[in-house]
Amino acid sequence: MDEKWLLRVRNLTKIFGEVTPDVCDRTGPQFNSNICPKTGAVVACSNISFDLYPGEVLGIVGESGSGKSTLVQMLYFDSDPTSGEVNFRPIEDGSVNLFELSSQKKRYIRNHLMGMVYQNPRDGLNFRFSSGGNIAEKLLMAGVFHVGNIRIRATELLNHTEVPIKRMDESPVRFSGGMQQRVQIAKAIANNPPLLLLDEVTSGLDVSVQAKVLDLIRRLQDELGISMIVVSHDLGVIRMLTDRTIVLKHGQIVEHGLTDQILQDPQHGYTQLLVSSLL
Amino acid sequence: MIENLRFQESFNYAYIDEFTKKEIRRKTLKAVCIPGYQVPYASPEMPISRGWGTGGLHLTLSLVGPDDTVKVIDQGSDASVNACNLRLFIKEMAKCAVTFDTAAATIIQSRHRVPEEILTEKQILVLQVPQPEVLRRVERHEAKTRIMHAEADYAKIWVTLYEAYVRSGTLRNGAGHPILVNGRYVATPSPIPSWDVPNLSMARCLYLFGAGREKRIHAIPPFTRVEPLEFDDIRFKVEEFIGVHCSASGQDKAFMDQIYAEDFSRFWVINDSNFLDKVRQGPRPSQRLFTNPE
Repeated sequence: MDEKWLLRVRNLTKIFGEVTPDVCDRTGPQFNSNICPKTGAVVACSNISFDLYPGEVLGIVGESGSGKSTLVQMLYFDSDPTSGEVNFRPIEDGSVNLFELSSQKKRYIRNHLMGMVYQNPRDGLNFRFSSGGNIAEKLLMAGVFHVGNIRIRATELLNHTEVPIKRMDESPVRFSGGMQQRVQIAKAIANNPPLLLLDEVTSGLDVSVQAKVLDLIRRLQDELGISMIVVSHDLGVIRMLTDRTIVLKHGQIVEHGLTDQILQDPQHGYTQLLVSSLL
Repeated sequence: MIENLRFQESFNYAYIDEFTKKEIRRKTLKAVCIPGYQVPYASPEMPISRGWGTGGLHLTLSLVGPDDTVKVIDQGSDASVNACNLRLFIKEMAKCAVTFDTAAATIIQSRHRVPEEILTEKQILVLQVPQPEVLRRVERHEAKTRIMHAEADYAKIWVTLYEAYVRSGTLRNGAGHPILVNGRYVATPSPIPSWDVPNLSMARCLYLFGAGREKRIHAIPPFTRVEPLEFDDIRFKVEEFIGVHCSASGQDKAFMDQIYAEDFSRFWVINDSNFLDKVRQGPRPSQRLFTNPE
């Protein structure tokens, strides 16, 4: 099992501000802060390590400011890490650190091998293009230059995500929040990526729409077997979607294990607080 | 009394000073070396407003010599106010000959058109460019467009073509269809009609594009491959003038303007004024025509 990982993250660290040698030792849950008392630097992620296996859904849970979003943004190359290594099986059989690759290669990985769904559809979609155009963008990035094929694939994807096909050529600006989120998911999976990153996908949606989006993600996972990293502060989402969970606080992993185990029998004080405050 | 010849002329030859000319010539050479790449340059302001052909003037005045013959056209016409004024200015400043005859000119400064007549290796076409950055419509930030060009990341410009097709059923996006120069850089051909775009490819003359506001030069050297962006199934097409004849010459097969008469009837006239004169007076000049794919 150990050698079959899809994504291996080792000592991933992101520091905003001055980087001093032992800044990570002066912050974290034991100090109840991620701000270095000496320099004022913010340690968003401190030595995060985990493995993700093919077909697995990994949850990352934690309160606001715990470093969840920063973590997935680094994995999607939206921001550069301060230090750390990420290996990805499809790239040279996982032997190279992704952050050392050229920007062309990084763009190739983003376009062909990863999908990202942002909390705010405005980050993932271009509202000046139609929904079909947004999906076309992802396909064009991967070198599909055939309008007929693009439209067939876009129809397929929108069908899959239950967006009415007749609204394909409309801008997502006129869609409801839930529909925008489904167009974003369609765009993210357009090139059948082996890894999908979901950053707070259901925040800001009402409960019934949340349930629909979660159903969709579960169905996609069943049908396509995509590995996913699901970031959420909502334990309900984590319980419904994920196999394994990591609990983050002040930039550090305080607990990790099987989702059921963490929810039934939380070990760390912070996780206990999270679970007990679940409505 | 010391006689200083330098101060007897009120302006330097060809208006701009020699340092600026040197700068523009060096950047022009660089632009020719990297087809389609936008080379930034520096220059003082010109005596006309930005947006009225300053980029074209920079190039023309840095290239022109007393032996040159200059032609200036604006939207195909030698007679428009802008063309007349620029032509007079260049003639006064460079003491060079000027002409209407496309074949006789050595430097042609143009706006929004490439002449119908085939240009030769002895000629340079200088185009005035209002917006040299082809990616500006899809990306506002200069730093990002530079990275996009460096990485040949042109997906966003392709999406605009896709969107144009979805909205209108053709790839035509007004004037200035984006072109891929020498298989590497996507560039703007300046706002010329699609009719003129195929003429940029494998031409015998040198095409120079000057943007005075942004201070950028890009170039298409002779015999360079230029491809309009098109999809595998949806092809680039030029304007079609089916069943239409020029009311002045009776000819077809040229880019034509539609003109409304006072009684609201419409007629068509060949847009290139020198080409129109030639087809009215004698044999038709040689022309490159593009056939649309079915």
